[in-house]
Amino acid sequence: MPDLLQTSFQLNALSPFMIALIIFVLAVFVGYYVVWKVTPALHSPLMAVTNAISSVIIVGALLACGPLDVSLSKVLGFFAVILASINIFGGFLITQRMLSMFKKKERSKK
Amino acid sequence: MTPNLASFLYLLSSLCFIWALKGLSSPNSARRGNYTGMMGMLIATVTTLYMPNVLSLEWILGGIFIGGSIGTLIAWRLKMTALPQLMAAFHSLVGLAAVCVAASTLENPETFGIGAPHHIPFSNLLEMSVGSAIGAITFTGSVIAFSKLQGILSGKPLSFKGQHFLNAFLGVLLIVLIFLFATTESSSLFWALTGLSFLLGILLILPIGGADMPVVVSMLNSYSGWAACGIGFTLSNPLLIITGALVGASGAILSYIMCKAMNRSILNVILGGFGTSQNEEASLSGPKASHAHVKTGSPEDAAYLLENAQSVIIVPGYGMAVSQAQHALREMVDLLKNKNISIRFAIHPVAGRMPGHMNVLLAEANIPYEDVFELDEINRDFSTTDVAFVIGANDITNPAAKTNPASPIYGMPILDVEKAKTVLFLKRSMAPGYAGVDNELFERENTMMLFGDAKKMVEHIVKNIA
Repeated sequence: MPDLLQTSFQLNALSPFMIALIIFVLAVFVGYYVVWKVTPALHSPLMAVTNAISSVIIVGALLACGPLDVSLSKVLGFFAVILASINIFGGFLITQRMLSMFKKKERSKK
Repeated sequence: MTPNLASFLYLLSSLCFIWALKGLSSPNSARRGNYTGMMGMLIATVTTLYMPNVLSLEWILGGIFIGGSIGTLIAWRLKMTALPQLMAAFHSLVGLAAVCVAASTLENPETFGIGAPHHIPFSNLLEMSVGSAIGAITFTGSVIAFSKLQGILSGKPLSFKGQHFLNAFLGVLLIVLIFLFATTESSSLFWALTGLSFLLGILLILPIGGADMPVVVSMLNSYSGWAACGIGFTLSNPLLIITGALVGASGAILSYIMCKAMNRSILNVILGGFGTSQNEEASLSGPKASHAHVKTGSPEDAAYLLENAQSVIIVPGYGMAVSQAQHALREMVDLLKNKNISIRFAIHPVAGRMPGHMNVLLAEANIPYEDVFELDEINRDFSTTDVAFVIGANDITNPAAKTNPASPIYGMPILDVEKAKTVLFLKRSMAPGYAGVDNELFERENTMMLFGDAKKMVEHIVKNIA
């Protein structure tokens, strides 16, 4: 019995869902505290950059598009890769454009 | 690549994303933050490409090339005034990508290591369908929001009788379908629930009016994060879960801030119909505004007033964005500053069509961000200000929000421009703002109206400032 108790709290004794849930809840907390620190003036860049990073869904798309033989699954993955890439490149570049404007101001001020 | 190494790299990439958000706490660190974010994305992508089950690179690289070129092109050609539409459009892509990935997982679960076809565990099916449903709602919802912002659809809330009942019914139906699908793994049920979610996305956003678009855009931002999260749960991928949660939390906070700035609950916004029923009653019961006492000024008058002021606060709104007046405005500000007049900008949280929209436009016109203030920081100073210059804004200055409990905007925090010695209103017409309420300020003694296109009018004022 003591053995069982010991192992039952180890990560490898947990279902993948439980591990995912732990990660999820902690990440929500991190997000909550980090985002409240964002200055209101930068809320638009915040939205653009979160949009870009939510395209990390490309990870799933790459796996879907990975197999050698062509299937419906691969085609769907291919589409997802295109969609996510539009977002990644577009999102980060727009954020960059916005932030460079905020930067320029500071230089002219000094 | 071993699973442990991959997980470690994914962790690194998650940290990069957190840094990227953290950087936005000040304009100084924001740019570095954005580079860190790009780095995180690069790590995530390359790590995945080295996964043992990613075998064919042609399609992948082709897809990245196509998508990357489109994205780059859009980003370079974008006009900053069109930012809200673009954000809505981008959210829709994340939603659609989530649907594609979920469907692909169902078709070929072995690639993702979650079991053989028709033997996917219940929990994965549940997560997959939830991810797909949120993704689908995000997709069509964002398309509707885009159409409204772009002017393809009317900004007016579209509502019909029994709407909430229908939505609630469809929502319950969706939950039932999700459970049925998770127990049977039938792909027709998967498409049915995805299709239903597409429909639900349309129905949810249609009744929401133009003035609430900042909330909607933030909300869809949040949804796109939760969709990524759902896919992360399906694939047991910590990177997707973490990033999705960050984005979801961020969008939720932005929605909350926007709602608070309008003194409305999120539920009230989602249920929609703002500026319809209550409003008609208000305008029917009250005497129709006669506009008899409205004083109209010329650009010369405005220039005279501004030149002889000591302190000016400029309140920009959506009208400034529409007519791209920010650059002309910058010229005017420079001229006045040379005359040692103090010029500041006051930004209401819901000015414009997305959070922080005005700040970006002013930044684009090279207006130093030290001169730009939030509502709480500057509201007290209106009483000691000579001229409050309102450009293309209306509802956010309407004193009815404080005085008239029957007004639909009652309780919304406003910028107290009425306390300034003189109020200049630059508007295209007497038409009420998005909330559909008349602004009594227009008829005050100390108010002068300037009718015309914001940009042209500001240019005229510039010419008249000696």
